Amino acid sequence: MHIMEGYLPMEWAIVWYIISAIVVGYGILNLNKVLKNNPEAKPLLAISGAFMFVLSSLKLPSVSGSCSHPTGNGLGAILFGPAITSVLATIVLLFQALVLAHGGISTLGANIFSMGIMGPFVGYLVFKALRGKLNITWVVMLTAIFADWATYLTTSIQLALAFPVPDFMSSFTEFGTIFAITQIPLAIAEGLITALLWDYLSELRPELFEKITNIKKGGNNE
Amino acid sequence: MSNKHLFMILALIAIIVAPLIIYSGLGEDDGYFGGADGAAEEQIIIIQPEYEPWFNSFWEPPSGEIESLLFALQAAIGAIIIGYYIGYFKGLKKNNKPENNE
Repeated sequence: MHIMEGYLPMEWAIVWYIISAIVVGYGILNLNKVLKNNPEAKPLLAISGAFMFVLSSLKLPSVSGSCSHPTGNGLGAILFGPAITSVLATIVLLFQALVLAHGGISTLGANIFSMGIMGPFVGYLVFKALRGKLNITWVVMLTAIFADWATYLTTSIQLALAFPVPDFMSSFTEFGTIFAITQIPLAIAEGLITALLWDYLSELRPELFEKITNIKKGGNNE
Repeated sequence: MSNKHLFMILALIAIIVAPLIIYSGLGEDDGYFGGADGAAEEQIIIIQPEYEPWFNSFWEPPSGEIESLLFALQAAIGAIIIGYYIGYFKGLKKNNKPENNE
């Protein structure tokens, strides 16, 4: 989902920077609140960030014959909501932009918006809608799948907005096709990995997961 | 591990291994297993050939070997953190048990 360095016209780079900065700023405030009121959430925060770190470094082969990487943003979305996940995504994307030349500084705002904001936001909505209606394993799996798809869908929209040649819809279809065929099976793989990790963690720390709604609000446990 | 989890792990392996079997013998030179990010970049050049990237990376890995080193490093950092806390959770659970049983 990385938009390469320099491959986004300056005006769009600025637009996405502004939107992302607002959400990341809000996320940092939220994060401070969570760390202050729920210090026991720290390990889960570290795991959520580390999970994005690992998954976005794995370039997996897809049945389309190309490769792409999962995003890992579903777990953070469930545990901490989209705003805090956007802070975690910023760290991952900065590392990849500076050290690996994947993505870029000029396109950082756009990439944070897709991977750190829209993906987790859609995942969060899916989680909220399905929670309690299905077995939690499948809810987590679907959350991660939709968070991944939403990320790539957003990237396609961003590219089509910046390069509406000949028009937005046909450009969106082109970019969407490139990502979609690769990403449909990979998102399912990501959903499976996320659900497996979730089940394992909740087996080890069931009491932490009962508090997740509180963690998100930065509220006190009592 | 329950049957459900075993099934999930098998499905995961199938999704990752299937493409390698389907396109067995085909490689980068035949246009397979390239990155989707790169394909999107090429698409920009196709639809707007006059577009010039206006900003360059400060630094790029000098070769594919160095790049895979850094990708491995990224995965390792993440895996260490996840493994550390899973171990920590396991330790907590183990230590709490005898107290609960008393």
